[in-house]
This record gives sequence, C-alpha cells and structure tokens, in this order.
Amino acid sequence: MSDLEAFRTETRAWLEENCPQSMRTPMKGEADFCWGGRKFKFQSEDQKKWLERMATRGWTVPTWPKEYGGGGLSKDEAKILATEMKRIGARPPLVSFGIWMLGPALLKFGTEEQKKEFIPPIVRGEIRWCQGYSEPNAGSDLAALATKAVDHGDHYIINGQKIWTSYADKADWIFCLIRTDATVKHDGISFVLFDMETPGVSTKPIKLISGYSPFCETFFDDAKVLKKNLIGEENKGWTIAKYLLTHERSNIGDMGTPTPLNMLAKDKLGTKDGELPDTMLRHQIAEHEIDAACFLFTLERAKDAAKAGGDQGAFSSLLKGYGTELNKDRHELIVKVNGSDAFEWEGQFSNNGEVARSWLRTKGNSIEGGTTEVQLNIISKRILGLPS
Amino acid sequence: MALVLNEEQQLLKESAEGFFTEKAPVSQLRKLRDDADETGFSTELWTEMSEMGFAGLLIDEDHGGTAFGCVGAGIVAEALGKTLSASPYLASGVVAASVVKAAASEAQKNELLPAIAAGEIIATLAVDEGSRHAPEGTALKAEKSGDAYKLSGMKTFVPEGHVADKIIVLARTGGEAGSTEGLSLFIVDRGASGLIVDRTISVDSRNWAKITFEGVTVGANALLGAEGKSFEALDSALDRARIVVAAELLGIAQHCFNETVEYLKERKQFGVPIGSFQALQHRAAQLFGEIEVTRSAILKALQVADAGGNVAWFASLAKAKASKTAELATNEAIQMHGGIGMTDEFDMGFYIKRARVLQHLYGDFNYHADRFARCSGY
Repeated sequence: MSDLEAFRTETRAWLEENCPQSMRTPMKGEADFCWGGRKFKFQSEDQKKWLERMATRGWTVPTWPKEYGGGGLSKDEAKILATEMKRIGARPPLVSFGIWMLGPALLKFGTEEQKKEFIPPIVRGEIRWCQGYSEPNAGSDLAALATKAVDHGDHYIINGQKIWTSYADKADWIFCLIRTDATVKHDGISFVLFDMETPGVSTKPIKLISGYSPFCETFFDDAKVLKKNLIGEENKGWTIAKYLLTHERSNIGDMGTPTPLNMLAKDKLGTKDGELPDTMLRHQIAEHEIDAACFLFTLERAKDAAKAGGDQGAFSSLLKGYGTELNKDRHELIVKVNGSDAFEWEGQFSNNGEVARSWLRTKGNSIEGGTTEVQLNIISKRILGLPS
Repeated sequence: MALVLNEEQQLLKESAEGFFTEKAPVSQLRKLRDDADETGFSTELWTEMSEMGFAGLLIDEDHGGTAFGCVGAGIVAEALGKTLSASPYLASGVVAASVVKAAASEAQKNELLPAIAAGEIIATLAVDEGSRHAPEGTALKAEKSGDAYKLSGMKTFVPEGHVADKIIVLARTGGEAGSTEGLSLFIVDRGASGLIVDRTISVDSRNWAKITFEGVTVGANALLGAEGKSFEALDSALDRARIVVAAELLGIAQHCFNETVEYLKERKQFGVPIGSFQALQHRAAQLFGEIEVTRSAILKALQVADAGGNVAWFASLAKAKASKTAELATNEAIQMHGGIGMTDEFDMGFYIKRARVLQHLYGDFNYHADRFARCSGY
C-alpha cells in the first residue's frame, strides 16, 4: 500500500471515530457555521467537540505548517482528507476569515514572532478576525483609503472609518489597512493588526435588504495600535492587501458543492416521466447546471495546476467573478423553483424567509471582495495584456 | 487523476500545434475551396498525419495505433481547430475508429483498425437521416434474407462520405423509428451495388454526403456487433466523438479569441488602441472566462472517457458547453473585428462557418442540454 493509501485508510478510520453524527448532516446556512472566537456560542456539544478534535490535529487548516499548529499535510494528503470528509458529509469544523485570508498572509509576510503569536489561535478557533479594508470613499478604488495613522514612536494613533466590515461586531481582532503616508497612494498604506476591544474602536451593524446585518461600519477614534503588530514594512501594506484579496477571491468563488439545483426543483415540483414538468424551468436549470459543472471542474483544474507549480495569479479573478455570478443565478432559479413560497418573509414554514433572504444576500457576492467589473478589469490587464 | 495535461500529452500538444501551423494553416483550406478541390482535403497531409500517428490515436498498439486515448485525440482536435486543417481525422480516426472499437468482433477489429490507423482506408459513420441528430429515429431498413441483409433508405450529413472507403451505417433490423431497440450497425464498401453517394459541399468548405441505399445487399459478416443491440455501443462511441468535436470547437474558440485580443491591441480609433476601451475589455475578459471553463469540462470529459464506462453526462456537458462557447467566441470575434471581420479575405469567416457545422454535428446545444438533464435525473 502506498503512503497515500495508508493515509487514506487512517484518515477514514479517524473520521469515522471522531466526527460526531450530527456534524455529518448538511448545514442549512451560515447559522450552522462554526465561526469560533471569544464571543462565539457553540450550537451544540458536538460542534464544540468536532472543532476541538480537528484543531488538535491541525486539520482545521490541513496544509499549514505543524510548527504553528497546522496539519502539515501535503497537498495530496489534504485532497484525501477533503475527499474523506466529503464522503461522510462532514461539516467544516471551523470557518473563519483567519483561515481564508489572514493566515496565508501571515505565513508569507509575518515575522516568526507574529506567526507564533497569531496563527495558533486561528487554528484552534479561539480568535475571530475581521477585515478592515473598504471605506465610504474607497470601494472599488480601495487604494484611495484614508484612515489616518499618526506615528507615536512605538505605536500609531488611528482615526477614521471602515465600512462593509464583515461581522465586525462579532470579531475579536481586526486586520486593517491604514494610511501611514498621505503624499502617495499605493505606497502609503500599511497593514496592521489590533484588538477590537482597543479603546476608541466601535462598530455599528448595517441592515441589508435581506434583513440581516452581516456587515458593519467600524469607527476608529484615537485608537492606539502597537507597531509590533505591523505586518511587513510600513507603507508596504498594499502588497499584502493584494495577496490576501487573491485568497479571498478564490474562496468567494468556491461556494463548495451545495445541493444541486435540480434536486431542489424535483423535491418541490416532482417529475413527470422522469422530467421536471415545467419545461422552460427545466431548460433554465439545465443551462445553469452545465455552467456550474464547468465551473466546478475549473476549480479542480486550477487547484491541480497550482499543485503542479503553476502560478494561479490573476486566474483567481476569473474564479471570483464567474463563481459569484453563478451563485446569483442559482438563487434566482431557487426563487423561481419555490414560486410564491419563496416570498414568505417570516414564519416556521419558510424558516423565516430563508429562500428570500439567501437570494437577497447573494446580490452582494459580485460586489464584495472586488466587484465583477473589477475582476474583469484585472483579467483584461493582467491576463490579456490589454492597454490602459 | 490531476485535471491537467501530463508531460507526454503536453508534448503531443506542442507537436500537433507545430505540425498543423506549418503543414496545414487556414490558407490551405482557403486554397482547397478556391480550387473547388473535389476531395476537400490534401491527401498528402492525411498521409503525413497518419505517419505521425494521428489517425490511430484512439487505437491500441496491438491494432497498429498510437494509443494516446481520448485525451490525445482531443489535443489533436483542438490543435487542428485552431488552423481548420481539413482531413478525415474526425470521420475516420475518431468516429469510425470508436464505433469499430465499441461494436466490432475481434476479427473485424483486426481487419479494420490497423487500416484506419495507417490511413490506408477512410471510414465514416452514417447515422443521421434528417436535419437533426436523432440516432434512435433511424428508419433505414435492413431486411434479413438467408445469411444476407438488404439495406434500404437514406442517410445524410455523413462526414467525408464522398471519399470514404468504408461506410458504417446505422440501420433498423427491428422495432419502430424512435426506439433504441432493433438498431444494428453494418459496414458497407464504397462502390457496393445500389449505393448512391452524393457529395455535398458544406458551408465550412468541407464535404459531407447524402447516401441512398437502394437495396444494398451485404453479408452477415458486415454486421458489427449483435443484431438489433447496437444502440448502446453506438452511443458510447458517439459520446467519445462528441467530446472530441467539443475539443475542436474549443480550438476554434481559442483561436478566434487570441486573434481578437491581438486585434484589440493593434487597431486604433480615436487615436488609441480600441483594446483600451472598457466596453471591449470586459467583453474580452468574459469570453476568456467562458473559454477557460469550457476547457475544464472538456479535459474532464476526455479523462473520464479514457477511464472507460458511461460518459453520457460528461459528453453532453462538454458538447453543450463547447457549442455555446464557440458560438459566442466566433460572434464576438466578428463583432470586435468590425467591418474586416465580415470580409471573405479575412479568415474569421472560415472559423464561424466551421464552428456552426461542428456545433450541430452529433447533437447541438439543445440536444445535449436536454440529454444532460435526463442523465442528471430530470
């Protein structure tokens, strides 16, 4: 038996023994996610156990180095772990911006001390991070950000405002872009970390069309940030910001493998002679699922190409743009499948308007993390080499 | 298996692209058209392609092939899609070879496959009878009398049928038109008595044939596979062909896209390259995305086909998506080239014409979207 096959056998056995049955059921939405952090309340003992068991092995972040608490798995081993988890329908033990965004940037740009301090609590789900990027006047033109940092020797004093800070009200720490030089644009930005409980930091949730408030406005009023928590050099934060956005984009595009649309439609509408009875809807679903399948294989190809040593680079803009547009389309079709039932806003029948609220939430997919149009700009310039 | 080309496949890709660019660029197709060439392809090119092993990519080494499998066949199809190199590659090396592999007896394979692989014979499949692909709709009759069969009916849209030495024909030995039961495959020699082959010059400057069977008599040894039980083998062979056709469409889309991006960089209006306009940048970037996701689906389908088994879902996915993307790419190419894209002097016209024919061949987008849905259980 090859090493990889042995790894598969061991992994399968370990998961069988350690993944609680209730953690093998499909998640209904974000409410079922395990976000971790100081303020997080586990929905069940099983959820807590599942996180602890996986974190102990470093399998919340399978490929991160062991010295910082990660799993230390090779990409092939990580693929096996993912396949084995999928086989039993295991939920991800932990979902967090620390994993998707900050961690990879720290591993690349952090000092040894910073890595030792900040990475292990991400792995264990102890600290929940939020991202302080966008500002009221810095959206698609992110580098126009103006949150002002004044140098006070070993620390900065920060004043300004961030917006669209996902879950700022639930987060423990923030990774934040600040302006340390106002005379230049991209080269005057720095990347810092600080505790959301720092005096002068406050948040205010923004209510969205879905009725939910996943985003906040975040205010800094003479907030003190230690320079030891500056990642990379002062005024070199844009490089880190871009690197991190690339990771974010791959993840926004990769929506996992949700319940196939045709299953939802069959459950709702039934079939006649093996086909969905509404022929036009059937046609629309088929068109969507053809694109969705092509996209899933593209994610697979991109991962395999990266594994083979290719630089993914701007390709993540394609994944982000295509994936989010597909997800919007999927939710438009889910609304059509559910008909008038999709419009119930409150009540048990609809799980408080789950279909409608999820549909409305997807409208943000193609805005957050760089709009679809920004992704198309990046593809035009960096992949196709079209002139400015 | 990793969803990327391995080293050997990468080498095949480079050698195929180099070969077609040098030996059969699109100017060759133009010349064949302008000369009203009756064969419709260069026989010297086909000989060279056969010597390169391209005619036998799907055929195992024991039968004289090069055994590159479907991934290999897709790579070569994509390469010749970029140059529109005309040859019986698809008809003989891909479709006919797949049908023989899937349906024929060992003796028939020994007779046919080495000859196909060497390019000594051109074989083709006659399946369609109307303007739409519908194998189960076959009405061409094969009546048994003693040890022989008498074939009566007609076939159309038979690629390279005008020059084929062997015609594999789907016929009905039982059941009603519309049923997948009662379908049989026969191999008929060119020049058989009662066989009338009408060459059709196609919009893409290639050729296909309308073939009438006026009581063509063949022996029992002409039957490929069991009588009345050929649909499954045929559909499985067609699926491999559909994926390879999808790969040729991908080559066309990729070529048109590359040409268009270059043009956007060169062409100036209002004193600047038109590629600096965001309206065109975004159209190009969107097209890039469609081509990339199409590429993924095709490579996946080719790999699954090589692994064996039922590839219907993958084949319909690949053919549907490639048809849609090639339609978009060729239309966008002409629009973004502006007036020059409409001229016969410019090559883009050859690509849009070839694309539409291939989009239709063995099932168009609608055919495969419907089949994809049925394979997915709805």
